[in-house]
Amino acid sequence: MRGITKRFGDLVANDHIDITVEPGEVHALLGENGAGKSTLMNQLYGLLQPDEGEILVDGEKKVFRSPRDAIAAGIGMVHQHFMLVPVFTVAENIALGAEETRGGPLGWLDRRRNRRDVLETSKRYGLPVDPDALVENLPVGAQQRVEIVKALTREVDLLILDEPTAVLTPQETDELLAVMRSLAETGKSIVFITHKLREVKAIADRITVIRRGRTVGTATPDTSEDELAALMVGRDVSLEVSKTPADPGREVLKVSGLVVDDDRGVRAVDGVDLVVRSGEVLGIAGVQGNGQTELVEAIMGLREIRAGAVELEDKSLAGRTTKQVLRAGVGYVPEDRSLDGVVKDFTVAENLVLDMYDRAPFGNGFALNPKAIDESARERVTQFDIRTSSPQSTVGTLSGGNQQKVVVAREMSRPLKLLIAAQPTRGVDVGSIEFIHNQIIHERDVGTAVLVVSSELDEVVGLADRIAVMYRGRILAVVAPDMPREEIGLLMAGVVTQAEDTE
Amino acid sequence: MTTEAPEKKAEPKKEESFLGVFLHNLWSANTVVVTILSILLALVIGAVLIVVSDSDVLATFSYFTARPSDALTASWDLISHAYADLFKGAIFDPAAVQAWFSGSGDWKTVFNPLSETLTYAAPLVFTGLAVALAFRGGLFNIGAQGQAVIGCVTAGVAGFAIGLPPVLHLIVALLFGVIGGALWGFVPGLLKARTGAHEVITTIMLNYTATLFLGWLILQSGVQDPNRTDAVSKTIDSTAGLPALPAPLRVHLGIVLAVLATAGVAWLINRSSFGFELRAVGVNPPAAKTAGMSVARTYIMLMVVAGGLAGLGGAVQVLGTADRLTGQVAGNIGFDGLLVALLGRNKPWGVLFAAMLYGGLRAGGNLMQVDVGVSLELVTVLQALIVIFIAAPALVKSIFQLRDARTARLGASMAKGW
Repeated sequence: MRGITKRFGDLVANDHIDITVEPGEVHALLGENGAGKSTLMNQLYGLLQPDEGEILVDGEKKVFRSPRDAIAAGIGMVHQHFMLVPVFTVAENIALGAEETRGGPLGWLDRRRNRRDVLETSKRYGLPVDPDALVENLPVGAQQRVEIVKALTREVDLLILDEPTAVLTPQETDELLAVMRSLAETGKSIVFITHKLREVKAIADRITVIRRGRTVGTATPDTSEDELAALMVGRDVSLEVSKTPADPGREVLKVSGLVVDDDRGVRAVDGVDLVVRSGEVLGIAGVQGNGQTELVEAIMGLREIRAGAVELEDKSLAGRTTKQVLRAGVGYVPEDRSLDGVVKDFTVAENLVLDMYDRAPFGNGFALNPKAIDESARERVTQFDIRTSSPQSTVGTLSGGNQQKVVVAREMSRPLKLLIAAQPTRGVDVGSIEFIHNQIIHERDVGTAVLVVSSELDEVVGLADRIAVMYRGRILAVVAPDMPREEIGLLMAGVVTQAEDTE
Repeated sequence: MTTEAPEKKAEPKKEESFLGVFLHNLWSANTVVVTILSILLALVIGAVLIVVSDSDVLATFSYFTARPSDALTASWDLISHAYADLFKGAIFDPAAVQAWFSGSGDWKTVFNPLSETLTYAAPLVFTGLAVALAFRGGLFNIGAQGQAVIGCVTAGVAGFAIGLPPVLHLIVALLFGVIGGALWGFVPGLLKARTGAHEVITTIMLNYTATLFLGWLILQSGVQDPNRTDAVSKTIDSTAGLPALPAPLRVHLGIVLAVLATAGVAWLINRSSFGFELRAVGVNPPAAKTAGMSVARTYIMLMVVAGGLAGLGGAVQVLGTADRLTGQVAGNIGFDGLLVALLGRNKPWGVLFAAMLYGGLRAGGNLMQVDVGVSLELVTVLQALIVIFIAAPALVKSIFQLRDARTARLGASMAKGW
């Protein structure tokens, strides 16, 4: 790709980017959210057309008007959000868009042949998939394999993987990296889009760093993580969370024997006991979907408690409404920011009082006080470094990191006894991660009990003073953060070795 | 666009750049421009329909190639006459003004068109607000019709069945209307909150229920006018009637109440705690729930308030215009309220203006029918066309080649997950 430029209105998403991918190479495209990585690759895949510049495949100039053209030229893409039909089988999903038919274009679907193709491809590249399974029943890791197999059945030479590890467990990530390695050995080229430095170093042959739509450097895997991060963000960042040893005090949150069902009525939390003390961070590590979401929602009064008790400073929270729980001094950063955390059509100022709009000084349960809301918004915007043109801009116009800062600012701007932060830095750029982590540690240092739930092991290890590993609705063990990462990873996969001290 | 004119005079130096900005804004597809152009397009299509539906004019087209001027003149005369009547019937008739100044007419004739417009508009403001408010809270209140009918019934019955001194009687009757409508809104609100029953289905069903209930009620003894055999109720006591201007002007206090209600709803949406809740629930229920708001309670309250507004619309209709209950007393005010809310973009003041436009079209349509014989149904067609064009802004934009003001932003959001 040569001199690729793409503009959206006034915004230059890609500014004369040159990038070359050699055969058999794993090329990592590294950059923060919004740097323009996906935009660049969407042009290569024909989803967007470049305003300037050209795309060359094997030295030949190509114009891709749609993904069909790109696939024909041997380029495949696995999107960050899977493009699969949940109620179709694996084989049907793979055939979708390139259905084999017998008897002309209106003929029968050749399911048998299509199934055989799937099995063949899956065997050839060592990617086990069950062609008859329904996609909705598969774990995300397997769904991703389906996407990869789908791209491979189209006989592609270049495979684009857009943030493929965002949804995977550490083990699944390792498997994926191995698959990528073996694909590269068979001569396929891979473009790997990510913002995770560890993975880049583990797999990439070459690294291109993109910041604000420009290529800011190329690097080799030998480059240190700190240097890569500095290239990405444009300044030095500290990847380690700096903190002093915790000084745990009284028990603030006590959960005992908690049982909670998920939306489908399946048991999601199955007898969890845990204690969070003031002035400490308890991290909950675990692969997503092991009951962490339901656990937190039950504490917040968003989900019915089937059995067990939740106590905040010896007062039961069971049966209270969410409003009462929040009023009792609990701050809550929900895991799904855009769904639960902010109202995107509301202004920054309105979002900053989303759970305090009926309390003085912002209102009195009857009328709002726009002046107080506005003044407080100005203060928070400065204090929490929220990058917005004005507190009156709608939150939807902000970047993910700044949206998250709005949530964090809202929850931390009242006196708290307990802070629950679920996936506090998901989809957040490196610069904002640092800031949010520091805010969480600051909250701990003033004596708040903090419960951090994250599927990013690095984050849990960095923030937590104690780590509870959750697997299939149970806490398997509570361990210290200096425990070897591999052992925590094994626990997350449900493998219990002998010497864990179950609290 | 007229609001921009004074600014232009105030800054003559920036004329060019301002004009540039002005033109750019005009041709960017903002909602005001789309609304105005929709009305324009509807009038154009309406003109074609007027010509097609008039057999005399149509006959001149049969020798169009021989003498095109005949056909064109006849069409132009008819269209201009019809639309002039629409204007005269809705706003004012220059001839009547002239007559008043020369002493041969009186002021009542001059103000009669406006009076008619406001009379038709008043109940539509309430039902429009009922729909718009519910919509801001994420509920599609198709039930404004039923709520208005029940408002008519309760206010009407209170109007002739209870004997009270003048002002008090009116207030009580209006309150009965509010309560009746609120009750009719409460039911679907409760069903939605408790069982998740979709409000579109339940409100449509309650519309039928309300209309049939009205039809049954006015035949019952004690309600039916004892001197009549047809389905007409007793006349409402004069103590409960909304004060109106002297006859033949029909405009009554209802339009003042409508403006007050508009201001009240505007305050409610933008400045009250309940408004904050309903807006949050309207655009993102999970976030509202996570922030501790009760989505179920908000839905119920919202439907109660919306129902109350529609009920008040019904009460205004029966106490101000109709003065007795008949099977058709509520006319179509609830369904027209849907269109008014759509035209007003679910904003309170927008609803007020949209209701005025609808009232004006209706009042002007009456004159048009009497004067040039263009069917009143044409007005309904115009109203429908306006709404269709507004509901399909892309169509209007492509017809007028408007630059899309937000294309750039939309394009940016398409590329999610950079």
